[in-house]
Amino acid sequence: KFSHLKSYFESTDSPEHFLQNTKYNAGDADVFLSTKMAAPLTLLFIVAITIRAVLFRSSLADLITERVEVVSPLNAWKRVVEGLALLDLGVSPYAGDVFHETPLMIYFFHFVIDYAEIVFMVSAVCIVFLLQFRKQKYALEGDRYPLDCLELIRTPREMLYIPLKVAMFYLLNPFTILSCVAKSTCGLNNAVIALFILSTIKGSALMSAIFLALATYQSIYPLTLFAPALLYLLQRLYIPVNWRRPSFWLFTTQYVFMYLGSLAVMVCLSFFLLNSWDFLTSVYGFILSVPDLTPNIGLFWYFFAEMFEHFRLFFICVFQINVFFYTIPLSIKLKEHPVFLIFMQIAIISIFKSYPTVGDIALYMAFLPAWNHLYRFLRNIFLVSVVLLACSALFPVLWHLWIYAGSANSNFYYAITLLFNVAQILLVSDYFYAYLRREHHLTHGLYLKRKDGSEATLVLK
Amino acid sequence: TAICQSITQLMMWYANNAKYFPPPSTAKDQFQEELVIKPLHSGDIYASFQFRTQWDTDFLLGSKVSHYRLFPKSLGQVISKFSVRELHISFTQGYWRTMQWGQPFLPSPPGAELWVWFQDTVTDVDLAWKELTNVLSGIFCASLNFIDSTNTVQPSASFKPLGVGNVTDQRFLRYAVLPREIVCTENLTPWKKLLPCGSKAGLAVLMKSEKLFHSSFHSQALHIRPVCKDWQCKSTSWELRQTLNVVFDLHTSGQGKREWSLFKMFSRTLTEACPLASSSKVYVDITDNPQLFELSPATPLVSQAVVLGDGRTYSVYDLTDHATFGQTHSLNVLLRWRAAEREMLRPLLHGERYVAGYGLQTGEIHTLVYNNHPYRAFPVLLLDTVPWYLRLYIHTLTVTSKGRDNKPSYIHYQPSKDRLQPHLLEMLIQLPPNSVTEVTVQFERALLKWTEYTPDPNHGFYVGSSVISALVPSVVAMDTNNTQERPLFSSFFPCKEESTYFMRIYTEPLLVNLPTPDFSMPYNVICLTCTVVAVGYGSLYNLLTRTFQVEEPSQGLAKRLANIIRRLRGVPLLT
Repeated sequence: KFSHLKSYFESTDSPEHFLQNTKYNAGDADVFLSTKMAAPLTLLFIVAITIRAVLFRSSLADLITERVEVVSPLNAWKRVVEGLALLDLGVSPYAGDVFHETPLMIYFFHFVIDYAEIVFMVSAVCIVFLLQFRKQKYALEGDRYPLDCLELIRTPREMLYIPLKVAMFYLLNPFTILSCVAKSTCGLNNAVIALFILSTIKGSALMSAIFLALATYQSIYPLTLFAPALLYLLQRLYIPVNWRRPSFWLFTTQYVFMYLGSLAVMVCLSFFLLNSWDFLTSVYGFILSVPDLTPNIGLFWYFFAEMFEHFRLFFICVFQINVFFYTIPLSIKLKEHPVFLIFMQIAIISIFKSYPTVGDIALYMAFLPAWNHLYRFLRNIFLVSVVLLACSALFPVLWHLWIYAGSANSNFYYAITLLFNVAQILLVSDYFYAYLRREHHLTHGLYLKRKDGSEATLVLK
Repeated sequence: TAICQSITQLMMWYANNAKYFPPPSTAKDQFQEELVIKPLHSGDIYASFQFRTQWDTDFLLGSKVSHYRLFPKSLGQVISKFSVRELHISFTQGYWRTMQWGQPFLPSPPGAELWVWFQDTVTDVDLAWKELTNVLSGIFCASLNFIDSTNTVQPSASFKPLGVGNVTDQRFLRYAVLPREIVCTENLTPWKKLLPCGSKAGLAVLMKSEKLFHSSFHSQALHIRPVCKDWQCKSTSWELRQTLNVVFDLHTSGQGKREWSLFKMFSRTLTEACPLASSSKVYVDITDNPQLFELSPATPLVSQAVVLGDGRTYSVYDLTDHATFGQTHSLNVLLRWRAAEREMLRPLLHGERYVAGYGLQTGEIHTLVYNNHPYRAFPVLLLDTVPWYLRLYIHTLTVTSKGRDNKPSYIHYQPSKDRLQPHLLEMLIQLPPNSVTEVTVQFERALLKWTEYTPDPNHGFYVGSSVISALVPSVVAMDTNNTQERPLFSSFFPCKEESTYFMRIYTEPLLVNLPTPDFSMPYNVICLTCTVVAVGYGSLYNLLTRTFQVEEPSQGLAKRLANIIRRLRGVPLLT
């Protein structure tokens, strides 16, 4: 059983006509979207852009730009400007430890520095367009499920609203707004990842590899998205994931070469732009060895500020491996659901990366409306949402108490980052649980019975 | 073009330094000692000792020397081992208040300052510097061993060699300041031992630590540089200058009486010159006499000198002359004030610095440079060394004079590397006449590792003084004739032009607070963070390795026990 999609297309004489209708409806979705959804989407864009434009012009912008939750040493706009100023002074931006963007990024900003606000707003809006991908997929999957699961399968109508919901979730998410107003380059990295997802969904292996390489080049961690992209493209081409099939190896090799080739081109191009390899240590060394302990919402800063010098290297290795560690088991478990795998990977990256910001969280949160069919299986979504909201509110409060009022100390802020990360972990694992459970129900029926016929409860064993 | 001219002047001054040298002499080794006493307008007393040892040997030619006469052997060996061309070291306790006291003869920043020019034959300058600081640390009983790459810089223009030679490649220069260094008796004792007479005879008998350190300002310095041996400058010799500057606050120590004497200041009087000294003199600045104070015993010797752009008159007591000591065989110079203090002329160049902003996240360094000259503009070189943990943002640098943007004509900026090198910012700024120039730059405070904080982290971290070097227009014509014997205090910085003189001033060091982690937490933090990671790992592991199954009612305890017995008996199990 390698691909349900394939089994569907093979069994054309399927008795469930209803689901075939579903498919046709979904195929019309684009047309439908362009007519019926255009108005609310446009309205949403206008609202989103207005909010950003107003905030850019207000005095809040300076405040937001300084927030440690919104900008990290890796993506702060202030540091981009500093890098450009250093270039103007004739000093390599990598001579110091302030600038950590990639060389391509600095040349990009060299040209658009005057239009930075527009660039960030456009990239925010683009991401929304790029994330409009899930409209076809689920409708196609329907036929293989037991009849009593029909209520688990989304109707075409529900599917149609997903793009709008994703757009709302991303554009009106306060995290995204803050990140955009602070001109955190995290927004651009998100755009690259969104481009990668779009090109993968569209089945363009070359573009997918290029954008994946670009995302990796920007911040290493998206390397783990390689597995879901490969799985998705294989699935799309009906190539089973089978070690003995030459077609599998052929395509995998092709994709690896496209990926590594474009990565090599980018790295070499960076070298020729600045004529030095300094950027490797300054960008990737900085991400991996975590020398800057400026507080942020992640787990690294306080841990390594308080670490015994003797164990520093060991724990840095452990924490960095932790980000990449889940890729293989998740890929095995979710090999038939690469889109959900992408979501899981992005979420894990944004929780466990060395310099996370709220912009990273906003990216995986934009996926949540796409999984709205999982709501019935979520176990503690209320608790998690409340904790996330409370923590978001407490971040600035405790920061103020520690840094400005002096009436609290670093432990207060640290406690909140811990809680925030626990909540994120619970959220992601809850969605994972719900997804697996739905899959189980789809194959075994929604209302399970014991051997003796009584109603059964489902447990993990 | 006016700016350009003055810039070239300043640069030229540096380049031409080498040609000018202190008065030559014919003796093999030579030792001179000198004490200048200057009543300050604030009512304080400024006493400046200078000891100059000239050593006629030539390390620059690579000859090995094993015989030392007046020059201290410990320093001679240091020079030859590390191929030092110039060495300047100062230890200062307290801050020189330019606005109240005027200019010092030799400026120095609070704490310890060390700058060294190495010979261009040195291949690994960093290694030589590291070893040299450790050796000097031993010689002076100071914490110079704390000088490492995080507080060492190579200024491109502010510190040029003061002796002969034309090495100007900054690769051979190292400059470091330890603003937190406390100067005390243990630093003074080894410093005194370097004098040919020690503290046994001559002016050095006045140096009693309990008096010297009971003062508003105390600075001891040591300068080694190559100078011309004679007129034609065919060969060089080494000059060692040891200076000690003290400012006594007589308001506190004089019980309200406005008079002082050598005995009151130092608890000693002078009885003889150092027998090894070729000259031994006490100068008292009497430019303001007799309006301000009265001096006794009277001395017939009066000397005129141009010091720091101003003509001064000095009463001179020549200690080599027995008549100076009179009937009592001791000299106790006595000054008695007549009038109340007057307003002092404001110094032409003055600098201030402070940190603005609140909170522990960001801040802004403000440096104010005053040009009090009524109609002359002149350029200054501003040097800032900022430790890496205050991350400077150079794009926020602003320089304003008289409310207008004043773009520096030269900027040398070296950004910091975390835990490796500090920021170095050097600028050439043109100061308009009668103006205040404000230089601001923003910084961000870093959170350090808990082991990187000083033992008292909430006291704050010191940032060394800014250095302002300038060619200041002089009020009277400077004495550019180097043939004439001049008092030591007026001959340290060589002077080339009549219209300007070189001046270096230091601003206040800064004390900056950084955010601190909780130092009692390492175990807790490691445990808690690892717990969170484990929660993530555990929940994913749980979902990855287990599968969903319909829950079957568990067997009762009795049934399980029965099954164990049945298994032992080999009969079919109960289900």
